Amino acid sequence: MTREMSSVIRVADDRPASPVQLDPESAGWLGALAGAGPQREAALTRLHEMLVRIAQRECRRRGPRLRITGPELDDLAYQAAADAVMAITRKLAQFRGESRFTTWAYKFVIFEVSDKIGRHFWQNPPVPLDAEDWDKLPDRFGFEPAHQAEWRDLLAALRRAVDTELSPRQRQVFIAIMVNAVPLDALAIELSSNRNAIYKMMFDARRKLRAALAANGYMDHDTAGSA
Amino acid sequence: MNGRRNLDDFLRTDPRDVGCAQAAEMLHMYTELVAAGEPAGQRYPGIAAHLQACGPCGEDFDGLLAALRDETADRHVNSPSASLGRLIPS
Repeated sequence: MTREMSSVIRVADDRPASPVQLDPESAGWLGALAGAGPQREAALTRLHEMLVRIAQRECRRRGPRLRITGPELDDLAYQAAADAVMAITRKLAQFRGESRFTTWAYKFVIFEVSDKIGRHFWQNPPVPLDAEDWDKLPDRFGFEPAHQAEWRDLLAALRRAVDTELSPRQRQVFIAIMVNAVPLDALAIELSSNRNAIYKMMFDARRKLRAALAANGYMDHDTAGSA
Repeated sequence: MNGRRNLDDFLRTDPRDVGCAQAAEMLHMYTELVAAGEPAGQRYPGIAAHLQACGPCGEDFDGLLAALRDETADRHVNSPSASLGRLIPS
């Protein structure tokens, strides 16, 4: 484990100390889903209907920023709801009443929507994973072409730092996300990794790049991040 | 010069950041607190730091919060696309 990565892991644990007592509605859900027979079937049907509604709303909310529309987006919502029901029934014993049951259940369908959008990206990717169009980087950060003289050296230094300071895997992740605008979830799927691992890789890369730019006088040191 | 400020923000890491795994594990509790108007960020600063920086987790948070608000108000709420301002795009 790198020194940088350990800083993410050793931070104060935000997990709650103990579970709380279930509210009556959550207890009802839990009892019905953990049971058997018609009562369980009815609860599953109701849960599925509820999650389809949440997934459809979430797809509509994200829709304007996606390259998915119409029936395809609706299919995605139904798939997300079906997979969320499976995940919820599989993990039912993990629900400890830290929130209402429905909030916990909604979380799963939101995660499934994210996952399916990430997978959809590769059905028609706008850029290949190994592309390196560095000319797009200024725009990604909002540098204005008219003021190129002010930022050209800074971005050249950033590119040198990407080439010399990052590990091959960190460089690949940085370029995919920041240069090629590949969504993080889509990249995680393509690299057979997961969101957490890719984020930590970017976290470490960001620290290395700042340190390199600071060492060469392009930026100040990140005092908060060096704790 | 927005570009320099954006790059500076992007390269600034928060040592309290708990990462995606713990944020996902606790997202339902954190979001319920936010929906109730509680100071969730004070109670869980590591989660708040992560959601501020991570586009994908921030997008999930926005979605879950919108779901809770829809449920409460029985109306569709388009939460602001805060993820556009997050450090790591979703």
